[in-house]
Amino acid sequence: MLVYLDNSATTRAYDEVIALMSQMQKEEYGNPSSLHTMGLAAEKRLRAARRSLALALCAREEEVYFTSGGTESDNTVLAGLLALAAHGKNRLITTAVEHPAVLEPARRLESLGFKVDYIGVDRHCHLNMQQLEAALGEDVAMISVMAVNNETGTIMPLAEIGRLKERFNREHGTAILLHTDAVQALGKLPLDMAGALRQVDLLSVSAHKIHGPKGVGGLYVRKGTKAQPFMLGGGQERAFRSGTENTPGICGFGLALDMATGRLSERTAAMQKARAALLSALKAEVPDIVINSPEDETASPAVLNVSFLGTRGEVLLHTLEQEGIFVSTGSACSSHKKGQSHVLTAMGLKPKEIEGAIRFSFSEFNSPEQMEYTAWKVKEAVTRFRRLGSFR
Amino acid sequence: MNEQNILIVRCGEVALKGMNKPYFERMLVDRIRAALRRFHGVDVQRHEGLIFIRADKSQDIEQIIRATSRVFGVASISKAVEAPSELDAAGEAAVAYMLELIEKRGVKTFKVEAKRADKNCPVKSPEIGRIIGAKILIGCKVLKVDVHEPDVRLHVDVRHDRTYIYESKIAGFGGLPLGTNGKGLVLLSGGIDSPVAAFMMAKRGMLIEAVHFHSYPYTSPRAQEKVEELARILASYCGSFRMHAINLLPVQEQIVQNCPEEETTILVRRFMMRIAARIAAENGCMMLITGENLGQVASQTAEALVVTDASVSLPVMRPLIAMDKIDIMDKAQEIGTYETSIQPYEDCCTVFLPKHPTTKPRLERILRSESRLDCEALIEAAVSAEEIIEIKAGDA
Repeated sequence: MLVYLDNSATTRAYDEVIALMSQMQKEEYGNPSSLHTMGLAAEKRLRAARRSLALALCAREEEVYFTSGGTESDNTVLAGLLALAAHGKNRLITTAVEHPAVLEPARRLESLGFKVDYIGVDRHCHLNMQQLEAALGEDVAMISVMAVNNETGTIMPLAEIGRLKERFNREHGTAILLHTDAVQALGKLPLDMAGALRQVDLLSVSAHKIHGPKGVGGLYVRKGTKAQPFMLGGGQERAFRSGTENTPGICGFGLALDMATGRLSERTAAMQKARAALLSALKAEVPDIVINSPEDETASPAVLNVSFLGTRGEVLLHTLEQEGIFVSTGSACSSHKKGQSHVLTAMGLKPKEIEGAIRFSFSEFNSPEQMEYTAWKVKEAVTRFRRLGSFR
Repeated sequence: MNEQNILIVRCGEVALKGMNKPYFERMLVDRIRAALRRFHGVDVQRHEGLIFIRADKSQDIEQIIRATSRVFGVASISKAVEAPSELDAAGEAAVAYMLELIEKRGVKTFKVEAKRADKNCPVKSPEIGRIIGAKILIGCKVLKVDVHEPDVRLHVDVRHDRTYIYESKIAGFGGLPLGTNGKGLVLLSGGIDSPVAAFMMAKRGMLIEAVHFHSYPYTSPRAQEKVEELARILASYCGSFRMHAINLLPVQEQIVQNCPEEETTILVRRFMMRIAARIAAENGCMMLITGENLGQVASQTAEALVVTDASVSLPVMRPLIAMDKIDIMDKAQEIGTYETSIQPYEDCCTVFLPKHPTTKPRLERILRSESRLDCEALIEAAVSAEEIIEIKAGDA
């Protein structure tokens, strides 16, 4: 049995997406900038994909741009802040638990003279809102807070942060921007730029987390918000993101958006069911575990982070892969590096809780039967490890 | 003549081998031919104690030199020009050679280093040097002689049938041709030391086979991938070889559950040796090779080495035993394994690392601990579950 539970790292592309991308590379490979009919056909495809992204975010077509992924979108937004520093806006408020695609550009900004506040979180990765509110000031250029944490699945209170920002701007005549890395939220939560997220000015998304291709993402820039282009060149994407459009990727993204966000509640219900089944089986079967994800309405249906005390996450990971079960320790992007998850550390977990942490992340393709199998195999692995693990 | 590049290869130690000299030289020629197989129009011949490589000019001579310099037994290589052995003609060739260097590098001073392999040649070496030097001074007006620090040391090597003119010598690794000294099984970990140990034994003419121990799932498959990468770098010197991957976890589990904690490391080392000895016997390897280094870690104290050594009867080669770590690291840099070795993946030695490993183990006590285990069955099971990986010598 293959049980893929690393969907926060990446997902299997929908068959329809693969078919479309293959066809576009074989037949509709024109460059949208070309004047001939093949160029025009590609441009039409591109426009349709843009409509899909706009629709998924309840945004306008002119507010969305295609990029090479979440990392490029985040980098574009943060690098753009340098232009504001000249006006005395040289402070960034972000969180200690952001993805490296935000944290590393933030550190770059610091080295260039920016002040950066890293807002802390509690035991279940809930943001310290008092700290965030206290950090607001007239020198703040931007607040960048992820929509959903990639390691715990904790949903961040973006609407509330948006209201704080609006009130502060109104009272102080400032123009603080709110950016969110919504890579883990797309396809899992409704992202309504005209509704709950109407105070969010910039938003980053990625295709490969919603069964689209790797190497494609999007950036939402609210109309009226000044954002600086990052990639300069041939003036594609209305001169905001130069470089020949990755038409197969973008159209694959468009189709994945239609399929994933079109059936959002049905899909999230499937994830929720799998998550609940695994959670209750683990609680019932495996002693000495700690649930690091929230267990209330602030939990994403797609992520479950659990510490198996007295074990090491990576050993569990390799044990489970032998049984066809694929999970992650912390975040897949940083597990190559030796050292502990910065998210779990910021949450104040004890070293043994961090060492034994496993992230299960779900997709609509996971069934409750798979979860039963997984819980059983986890129990076997944990038992075996605990018998030997007292050595370390 | 100009359609070919000529390389003179000096054989160093191979030349000292007395009665066996032709055998060593033939082996070396075979190894050079094998190393140059991917080039076209290359001819390798033995002649008067030297090896001559003639390569079509269409082939990249720098790459041929690099590939040749990695063949064990090659002391040095020179890119030479061939001229007739008569001194007049040789002098003309030397002038042409220098004119080219003046144009390319703007050299101003030179010195001729003459040598005659043909002892029947009526003119003696210093005299040859003077004659050729005079011809160069006449032919290249801008040049002056400088016997102390010349821009160019022009070597003129007069042989029976030909004269060879060359400037510099590119150093090889020296050593002896591969295959002239049996086959050894190296315990390849993934650290800095063991690839260097394997290299040093291969340089003395020993063919290599490898065994790698892992503790999957306690160690990552990426750790093994790293070892395979190290093995591929080694293979660029010592040819394709086989690597036996052994999962040591079942052995470690038994040790952890049945033996004193502080003895874990030394017990594991002894199992590694015995498993390696079994593989060696089954694969025609005459000895084991390890990267052990006196005093480096707890398992490499004098006492620990004695206890480890007592586990097997076949010889264990430890070429790094008396080297300093810094020198081993330099060597790893030189052979190109260092950067791969320092990638941080856990190996099986650190998985069940005791808090206070014993540094002065006593054999009687270790044997007593082992008596609690079915050693023979554990070794048998580990070897029979081996995975064999063919390491191919690519173009490094």
